[in-house]
Order: sequence, then C-alpha cells, then structure tokens
Amino acid sequence: MLSFLLTFVLIIILFLLQTAVFPGVLPLHVLPNLLIIVTASHGFMKGENTGIVVGFVCGLLYDVFFGEVIGFHALLYLYVGFINGKFSRVFYPEDIKLPLALITVSDLTYGLLCYIFLFLVWGKLDFPYYFVHVILPEMIITLVATLIFYPVILKLHEALRIRQRKREY
Amino acid sequence: MSPIVKRKGERFTLPSKWLLFILTIVCSALMLFTFATDVFDKPLGTIVGYVLVPFEKGIGAAGGWFSGRKDELSQIRTLIKENQDLKEQVARLTEENTLLQQDKYELNKLRQLFELDEQYEEYHKVGARIISRDSGNWYAAFVIDKGTNDGIREDMNVIAGGGLVGRISAVGPNWARVTAIISDNANVSGMTLATEDNLIVSGSLKGMNEGVIYFSKLVDSKEAVQAGDKIVTSDISDKFLPGILIGYVLTITPDNNNLTKSGTLIPAVDFEHLSEVLIITDQKQLMEEK
Repeated sequence: MLSFLLTFVLIIILFLLQTAVFPGVLPLHVLPNLLIIVTASHGFMKGENTGIVVGFVCGLLYDVFFGEVIGFHALLYLYVGFINGKFSRVFYPEDIKLPLALITVSDLTYGLLCYIFLFLVWGKLDFPYYFVHVILPEMIITLVATLIFYPVILKLHEALRIRQRKREY
Repeated sequence: MSPIVKRKGERFTLPSKWLLFILTIVCSALMLFTFATDVFDKPLGTIVGYVLVPFEKGIGAAGGWFSGRKDELSQIRTLIKENQDLKEQVARLTEENTLLQQDKYELNKLRQLFELDEQYEEYHKVGARIISRDSGNWYAAFVIDKGTNDGIREDMNVIAGGGLVGRISAVGPNWARVTAIISDNANVSGMTLATEDNLIVSGSLKGMNEGVIYFSKLVDSKEAVQAGDKIVTSDISDKFLPGILIGYVLTITPDNNNLTKSGTLIPAVDFEHLSEVLIITDQKQLMEEK
C-alpha cells in the first residue's frame, strides 16, 4: 500500500517537474522524458504488472493534458512498462548499467514510435531531420536525467522495502 | 512471489499477459471513443484538473516570483532612468492624446455621416497564465489556468502581444490546452493584409526550431506580395476570427506548379518567452449565429 502511494506520488512529482518546472528553468529546446524513466524503472524494479499500470497512468496523464486522442500515449507507455518488466528477472539494484541501457532504449523506441504514428502517417518523411533534432537529443538528455532521477527512485523504494521488512519481524 | 508457496496475506495477482491485454483493449477503446466523441474527455479532464492544476499554479506562481525578484534586482538601475524618460513621454502623450481624442470625435462624426459601421467591435478578452507546457518534444502546446469555470470554450482564439498564439484545443473546469500555431499539427487559414490573398499557414517542427512558420498555397498572380508584408487570419477561416496578426513574410518562393507560392513568415509572437496570454471569448461560429 505504501509502495503504491510512493509510486503515485513519484509519478505526480515527475510529471509536474517535466511539464511545469523544466520548461521554465532549463534553457533547452528538447526536454528529458521523465515519465519514461519512472515507467521503465518501475517495470524492471517491480515486475511486469507494476510496469504496465505505472505506464498506463503516466500515459493517461499526458494524454489528458496534451494528447490529441486519449489512450495513444497510455498505450505506448504501458508497453514500455511491460517490456521493461520482462527484465525484472535479471535486475540487480547494485547494477546501474542495465537500467541506463533499458531506459535509453525505451526512450529511443518511444521516440521512433511517436515519429511513426504522429508524423510519418501524415506524410512527413524527413526522418533524418526528426531523428537528429528530436529523438536523439531527447534520448541523450533523458540518459543524463536518468543518472539523476533513477538512483533517487531506487533509493526511495529500497528504503521503503527495508522499513516494511523490519516491521514484519 | 512463487505460485507454489503462497504465504498468508499474499493477494491474488492478475497474470501480466491478461493485464496487458485488458489495458490494451481499454486504450484502443479510449482512442476510438475520443476520436469520435468527447465522452471521456470531460470526466478525465475534471479529475486530473483538480488533482494537478493547483500544484501547477503554485509552481507557476513560485517560478514567477523568483524570476520576478531576479529581474527586479537587475532592473532597478535601468528603471530609474526609464522612469525619467517615461515621465517625459507621459507629458508628451497626454498632449497627443487630447489631440487624438479630438480627431476621434471628428472621425465618429464623419463615420456617422458616411453610415460606416465598424467591421467588428473590439473583441472581449480574458487574461490567463501559462502553467504547464507539453512535455513531449513533438508538438507545441501548453496549459493555461482558466477553464470552463471562467467561460473558456473550445476553439476560442488565443493571442499575446498583438499576435495570434493559437486556439483552445481542449478544456477542463480549471484548465485549458492551447495548441500553438507553430505546432506541427496546426494549420491556419491566413491572408496578406495588403492584397488580401489567401494562404495556408502551417506550423511545423522544423520551422519551430528555426523560429519561422511555413506558409503555402498563396495565389499571387500579380506578384504583389513581398517580404515584410503582414499576414493576418483570413475571413474564410472557420475557427479563427478575421484580422488577427499572424506574422510577417520572411521569404517567398514560387511553387513547382507556377500557380501558387510558399515561403516562411516570422511569427508576431515570441513563443520562446510566453508566460501570459489573452483569450478572445468571442467565437466566430457564435458570432455568426447571433
């Protein structure tokens, strides 16, 4: 229950950071995708089911405010959560390489899918431009953001787990 | 979480494949429904609006306060000098104003004489603050802190600094989403102010990065449109009120078909530094119904 609450609060805080704080603070054209970080990290930390639900909630939040149709980003994010959940079997909290790789690949895939479904279908064929100006910068800046936010998310969940285990005994 | 050893207190968990399947169906259904109707838009918008918008307003206010303090410190010196200049200007303008008022009086009299009505009354406007921006990097949209409770409706036009910003594309009770005209999914029917030739102004991601908007389908057989010409919203647009400034022509090139022209224009609004906008509460459709 506490873990659920923590996840929910994390989603809200990161969503607010991404939409309300970062655009005013960071002098960048392209912003990091914190929702991918929270979705992917919950996927490989807690398993497929959590990944799916977190992804669904993140995507739905985004869709309600910014989506053209409600459900598109929810679908993308929930699959990101699911596929990252597949890696929960080989995930160790001490190892940061796997999370970094997974989040980066997730963001790349998300970017490519966004291009295909939002731009390619409208006949905007200049893929190299979109790749160089949006997808790649977003991936890199998300990688940097992962280095900052992922350890925090991990530490919070670890701390909660240790506390709950203590209470059980 | 082994299925064989089930401890006490372990709840029943849905297999992830089923969860995935169910939520995929839910998402697809949501997409199909929202594509055709706005059944889910309203309740979801209401719930999310009441959970998140207060935070966003707070953050916006705090951010505004900080940048305000920063600006204040750096501007005090310039302000003193500016104040002197402004006082002189006020004196000059007061004089000018009295003259203009006389002129206006004369103009009104002449108008009555010619029985000319003004083409449109000045539009009613509501101010709003931007509280959040599209977090994705594909479109240019932002959320403002006014919604249906303040009389905002979908498709209302949004302006700032005398130029067109965009239109309201979604609205909740205490928030509304503005899709900017520079966004890749935005098209505006415009016309040149001088020659009244129609054209289509299309936002795009490429143009957004270069600080311009592309236009196309300009029929200009007399070669009269030049760089620097004003582009305003056209009379035939069904969403945008006529005569709102969009921007100034930067480049203009003939298309391959030799009939139409396309090019780029510089938007009248500085989209990079936008914190407050005005919403025109008069709507084109409604105005015509009256």
